[in-house]
Amino acid sequence: MQRTVFRNRWLPYLLVFPQMAVTVLFFFWPALKSLQLSLYRVSPFGDSMTFVGLANFAKLLGDAEYYRSVLNSFVFAGGVTALSVAGSLLMAALATQKIRGLAAYRTLLLWPYGIAPAVAGIIFLFIFHPTYGLLPYFLSFVTTYEFNWLLKGWVAMTLVIVSTAWTHLGYNIAFYVAGLLAIPGAVLEAADVDGAGPLRRFAFIVFPLISPITFYLVTLNMVFAFFESFGVIDAVTKGGPGDATMIMVYKLYKDGFIGLNLGSSGAQSVILMALVIGLTMLQFKYAEKKVTYR
Amino acid sequence: MPRTTTMMRSAAGVCVLLAAVTLAPAPAHAKTEIQFWHAMTGQLNDATNELVKQFNDSQSEYEVKPLNKGTYPVTLTAAIAAYRQKQAPHIVQVFEVGTQTMLLSGAVDPVYQLMKNQEIAVEWKDFIAPVVGYYSKDGNLYSMPFNSSTPILYYNKEAFQKAGLDPSKPPQTWKQVEDYSKKIIASGAAKCGFSTGWPSWTMVENMHAWHDQPFATKRNGFDGLDVQLLINKEFGVMHLSRLAAWQKDNIYSYGGRQGTADPKFVNGECAMYIQSSALIGGFTRGVKFQWGTGQLPFWGPPYTKATSIIGGATLWVMKGKPANENRGTAKFLKFLSEPNQQMWWHVTTGYLAISNTAVKNLEAGYHFKKFPDQYTAFAELTKGKATANSQGIRLGNFVQIRDVIEGEMENIFAGKKTAKQGLDDAVTKSNDILKEFAAANKQ
Amino acid sequence: MGTLASPRKKPFSWSTVAIHGLLIACIAVVAFPLYFAFAVSTQNLQQVVQQPPRLLPSVHALENYAEAWHKAHMGRMLFNSLVMAVTVAVGKIIISMLSAFAVVYFDFRGRMVCFWMIFVTLMLPVPVRLMSTYEVVGTLGWINTYQGLTVPLMASATATFLFRQFYLTIPSELAEAAQLDGAGPMRFLFQFLLPLSWANIAALFVVLFIFGWNQYLWPILITNTEAMRTVVIGLEELIPRSGTELPTWNLIMAGAMMALLPPVAIIIFMQRWFVKGLVESEK
Repeated sequence: MQRTVFRNRWLPYLLVFPQMAVTVLFFFWPALKSLQLSLYRVSPFGDSMTFVGLANFAKLLGDAEYYRSVLNSFVFAGGVTALSVAGSLLMAALATQKIRGLAAYRTLLLWPYGIAPAVAGIIFLFIFHPTYGLLPYFLSFVTTYEFNWLLKGWVAMTLVIVSTAWTHLGYNIAFYVAGLLAIPGAVLEAADVDGAGPLRRFAFIVFPLISPITFYLVTLNMVFAFFESFGVIDAVTKGGPGDATMIMVYKLYKDGFIGLNLGSSGAQSVILMALVIGLTMLQFKYAEKKVTYR
Repeated sequence: MPRTTTMMRSAAGVCVLLAAVTLAPAPAHAKTEIQFWHAMTGQLNDATNELVKQFNDSQSEYEVKPLNKGTYPVTLTAAIAAYRQKQAPHIVQVFEVGTQTMLLSGAVDPVYQLMKNQEIAVEWKDFIAPVVGYYSKDGNLYSMPFNSSTPILYYNKEAFQKAGLDPSKPPQTWKQVEDYSKKIIASGAAKCGFSTGWPSWTMVENMHAWHDQPFATKRNGFDGLDVQLLINKEFGVMHLSRLAAWQKDNIYSYGGRQGTADPKFVNGECAMYIQSSALIGGFTRGVKFQWGTGQLPFWGPPYTKATSIIGGATLWVMKGKPANENRGTAKFLKFLSEPNQQMWWHVTTGYLAISNTAVKNLEAGYHFKKFPDQYTAFAELTKGKATANSQGIRLGNFVQIRDVIEGEMENIFAGKKTAKQGLDDAVTKSNDILKEFAAANKQ
Repeated sequence: MGTLASPRKKPFSWSTVAIHGLLIACIAVVAFPLYFAFAVSTQNLQQVVQQPPRLLPSVHALENYAEAWHKAHMGRMLFNSLVMAVTVAVGKIIISMLSAFAVVYFDFRGRMVCFWMIFVTLMLPVPVRLMSTYEVVGTLGWINTYQGLTVPLMASATATFLFRQFYLTIPSELAEAAQLDGAGPMRFLFQFLLPLSWANIAALFVVLFIFGWNQYLWPILITNTEAMRTVVIGLEELIPRSGTELPTWNLIMAGAMMALLPPVAIIIFMQRWFVKGLVESEK
């Protein structure tokens, strides 16, 4: 696209300076320091640092537990993204139908987004508590199967996926509602005239039209699930039982912040960063082709 | 609508202005401030604040400022980060598993040295041996014990009665625990026999000590850094296999790490519970039914009984503070160690009083007659025969090791691994962690 | 902006009922955890742990909230959280707008480098750089200050990215017209771009406010006195984590309600702007 530009010499530098200053000082410098630590073995109090080359990386790549955490991360991210995006699409579709009280419904669906992950985690911890929690209580009427998430890994993973997806519903719904509302009425009426039922109309017309939004949300949710999601896990399962809910970013936090193994934590950060950059690039390459831009 | 920006901007401006005004430095205080970082939350937070207030009110030179810095691990990490920036607090509360890290850090002022330098006399000999042993090196105390406890057995007297058991006689052997549990379940008095809190601490660390079994080589880590775990030997495998088998019959019901299983006992779901003696306060307030305490169950021959080991945290003094501030720190720690404060703390929180004088005073005041349950913990620690296996455990990266052990315990209880497999894996991983620690802390 | 609603339809239909029903079901699922938290915050401790669990609120709201407020020094903490959230949101919006403007409307050496540097900040999560950021802040002498609390949180570039996307959708004729008019770049920014960006700014404000408000790890690391702490820290203080104490869930939920009310209120009020702003910026 032809861009019109202004012809000042020094003004642009002045304009970017605040952002660059903050970014360099509070992002690049600390980030490079942490990444540098991946090549060292550091004592907790920092008084001794030994250069060990790629030993930290070798150790991680030879550790079955690390691979499990990678797998868990994919399962977790996939679960959260699928649940949150699909669920929000359903609710957004409902909230844009020809009915009254739309604004109220929409508000009520959006607001869980404002809750801190740690707070959401506490609330879900309470609801899922194996002893006095609401959900196990109701489930006990339906089945005698014990949904004990303290021992059964898959139950714990389901719990954290559902809790995390829940916190992110509002954000996705907002995007979808906006996107659905932006579809010109004429397009849908034309489909109506054509004799297409609501489901077919949705599948063949609406869905492709909102595919840019879907693409964006899937990307964003995946990145979020890989990076920012340890609030819920920290509040509820702490990676357990065993290591069933140990995802990469939580392991990184545990090893670095709690276990004070800054070398390993640094190495894990490098790998995680590479993984997410790779994933994002892949998504751009592959999915962009399928996205219908207007 | 530029007005909205202006509005938002002025709102932000007002906020910042207000902040600046309220944070304007207060007029100079006569009192020197002592920063005390801790990890106490909930009611323990209240008790800590109250105790600190007693000190502050008792003299006018120093003011101790208590600050909760998150959980134990976060508090430690925060203290380390602050220390490296020369912004460390004067006192930081560190959990017992962080002892080795603190000892090797070079960032602490050992308590015995602090008191010597400040010429404040403390009755070191008066402290209870198991507590002091855990935190001493070469016979000198490095950190001041603050909140120590040991695991004991809690039991539901009403459930016992319903099952036809004598409510004044808690089980003393593991066989009795099994038999009682079966009777309790059969009679419908409860759904499960017993549960546990802090699984590694109660069922692995303490069980080994209680039965005079070594937890690790080098005298449980006291004698050096090239340590290996010994929990996958005959005793460990036997005990965890039994627990796993009991888990199938609801004789034992695993309830999670730390205190997650507390409700199982409080709700009457399990008739017996092994957890920290510090819960006595909470149970007294929150439990509806009649309950009692007993010592940890024992397997009997061929094992001999030693003592249990403590858990909890101590107060460490950070280096690099000027002498007059150190004086305030020393005075505060001395205040905490005095029998009156010990007794108050024990009665209020349920944590152990660490001086023998305090214990004797409590005895004299019929405290233990009124609250016999409080005595159980003391008895476990002092009446048995202390051995090298029961003095405590000193390992580097102990936080991670506990994590590993509890993770494998969960695998065992879920039936994913046998006790032997799980423990072997735990030992392999832990030995690795210990090697890392030794390498990173080469002196 | 079109809508899926057609004006004159039959007054009653089963599908309408079905849709209302489904929506209410969805809201029940989505909103239930919060309703339950609220109910618990009004009960006393016996009711909280009773079996079967009690779903209806009780009458102890006032004492719970008062106790939680007092114990966690909520007043001060709410103020600090407000300052932090507003400063982070406003600060980030300002610097992002300026740099996005520079990157889109100027050609200068290092333009793409700047852009990529900014983009990369999205790729490294916070826990990784916590300790080293603390060191930097310490070197600047900003520990336990409002600057130390807020400025490091402005380092990532989500807002710049969004502004850039938005500016790229503005027709170049507008800038040309402004130049012909003799307007300099700054006038263009304030008189032309800014009015068009309100929906975006409002949406970003909501997102960033919530981000700032809900921070826990960074504030607890960087604040050393009671006077500087934020609401999420106060809440965590109510939750016993030492594993030797029974949690007082009713107080904790009361604290949680107080902690989440402001961000949720902001969402509710700015909902209209939020939806409008996000879709236009993502194109």
